[in-house]
Amino acid sequence: MSLLEITDLRVGFDTEDGLVQAVRDISLTLDEGEILALCGESGCGKSVTAMSVPRLLPPETTRLSGSVRLDGRELTTLPEADLRHVRGKEVSVVFQEPMTSLNPSFSVGYQITEVLRRHERLSRQAARSRAVELLELVGIPAPQRRMKEYPHQLSGGMRQRVMIAIAVACSPRVLIADEPTTALDVTIQAGVLDVFRDLRDRLGTAIILITHDLGVVADIADRAVVMYAGRAVEQAPVAELFANPRHPYTLGLMNALPSAAVGGRLAEIPGMVPSPLSDPDECAFQARCPRAQGDCRAARPPLERHADGHLAACFHPGGKQ
Amino acid sequence: MTRLWRRFKRRPMPMAGLVLVVAFVLLALIGPLVTGDPTAQDYLATLAPPSGAHPMGTDDLGRDAFARIAHGAQVSLQAGVLSTLLAMAVGIPIGLVAGFYRRWLDPVVMRLVDVTLAFPFLVFAVGLAAIIGPSLKGVVFALGFSQLPAVIRITRGEVLAVREMDYVAAAVADGAGDGHLIFRYVLPNCLNPLIVQATVAIPGAIIGEATLSFLGLGVQPPTPSWGVMLTTAQQYLSDAPWLAVWPGIMIALATLGFNLLGDGLRDVLDPRSGR
Repeated sequence: MSLLEITDLRVGFDTEDGLVQAVRDISLTLDEGEILALCGESGCGKSVTAMSVPRLLPPETTRLSGSVRLDGRELTTLPEADLRHVRGKEVSVVFQEPMTSLNPSFSVGYQITEVLRRHERLSRQAARSRAVELLELVGIPAPQRRMKEYPHQLSGGMRQRVMIAIAVACSPRVLIADEPTTALDVTIQAGVLDVFRDLRDRLGTAIILITHDLGVVADIADRAVVMYAGRAVEQAPVAELFANPRHPYTLGLMNALPSAAVGGRLAEIPGMVPSPLSDPDECAFQARCPRAQGDCRAARPPLERHADGHLAACFHPGGKQ
Repeated sequence: MTRLWRRFKRRPMPMAGLVLVVAFVLLALIGPLVTGDPTAQDYLATLAPPSGAHPMGTDDLGRDAFARIAHGAQVSLQAGVLSTLLAMAVGIPIGLVAGFYRRWLDPVVMRLVDVTLAFPFLVFAVGLAAIIGPSLKGVVFALGFSQLPAVIRITRGEVLAVREMDYVAAAVADGAGDGHLIFRYVLPNCLNPLIVQATVAIPGAIIGEATLSFLGLGVQPPTPSWGVMLTTAQQYLSDAPWLAVWPGIMIALATLGFNLLGDGLRDVLDPRSGR
């Protein structure tokens, strides 16, 4: 049994235009100490998939079905009161925006000790010394002094490290990192990724990394799930995925990387993402796909096994041309 | 804090306001101790012009105007601060709950606020004076109640904005409960506009107290209040104009001081007011 098992997850949101289906029948697993990347473009459902684990979606408008099991415990039906003991303790989240994700009215030290006192029932003293250790763990110099500082006194990279320190304070089983490096500049990105790697090695934390940056995926992830229009279109160990991409969308993403630019021009994927309001029985990518044929419009390709641990949903899979 | 102070003290007008407010508070706190009895009458010196013995002159009963101004400052300060505290103590929790939980509560509270706003303040004050009798207590209740809609509105509006902030979402993700979210995340980050509101509400209440006392609905003679002093002075405007001038100047200066201070605080505390 895996640490985290998501089965047939569907998430939709009630809007004035009708039900917007953000996630469609996603199934995935996460093992202890594994770093899993969820990648795809904006709106493909990667964040919604991850946020469904600790149920951080607005309850009034969210329509969720399927199963999310952490250590065999079903989270989708867990009462809100019990869920509070899961959030921050067993499943933590690091958000994208380090500049605005810390409470401006309290010191950094207070915000870390707060979580420790809530979930671990530590004394003020014990929580403080643990907080200093955590700041050290995420690579913040002079942690004693930083404890007393307020968020506005810290740089973006430092704030992101504080966010990570808060997220891992209670040694969660699963850490969800939602584009944790997007708002940071490149040199700081590498440092933050090192912190994640270090946490995984030292604490055995499993990490779900949400990103649209394939560079980050290649750098740190063990396995990747590529999502498109709410579905997983390809899933593989990272080395295998980069060596042998099967789905034309994955290939398109790789060709759109600046390092892959030919003749100084970035290759883009033509066309638009289909509307999340409708879901015709066809491949969602067919309108933009260079390999699309009649069968792509006649039925939706199922997620099929192509090699060991390598799944792709395409009638005409192939490697790099 | 020090950063805010440094930005604040560079501005002349807010600093002038701060000086006026401090002077007003000192007058209210220390003045009554150093001046004599404000109700002691001296029939040998009625309506006396300012002199060494009576720096602000005396009124129709020979009472020292300076002593009455100093004691009146105390009444004004009480009316201003207590009514504002009352409005905050009642309004902030209501605004917090309405803004945080929304659902059916929010529209109900906001419509009630609209109804309250439509109610004329003076009519309410007259009604209240009729029920509990004209007194400082009645003034504080009437003024506090009239400030309530503004406090609820401001709190609710801030709560609506703050609860959408990333750090609130992050706190939810860390397993924070509602009480914790409200008191540690939402309330502290809503306070700035409320502080500014207080500095605007206090001078309003000072004028309100003077108005009600002037009309006989507030503090009753012989207790000195700036409003009561104005009522008396009205009859002797040609014989002893200084009796009207002192309370008038005091009301104007105290109000001006709080307003200047409030403007300065708003500039420093509220990023939305530009710069």
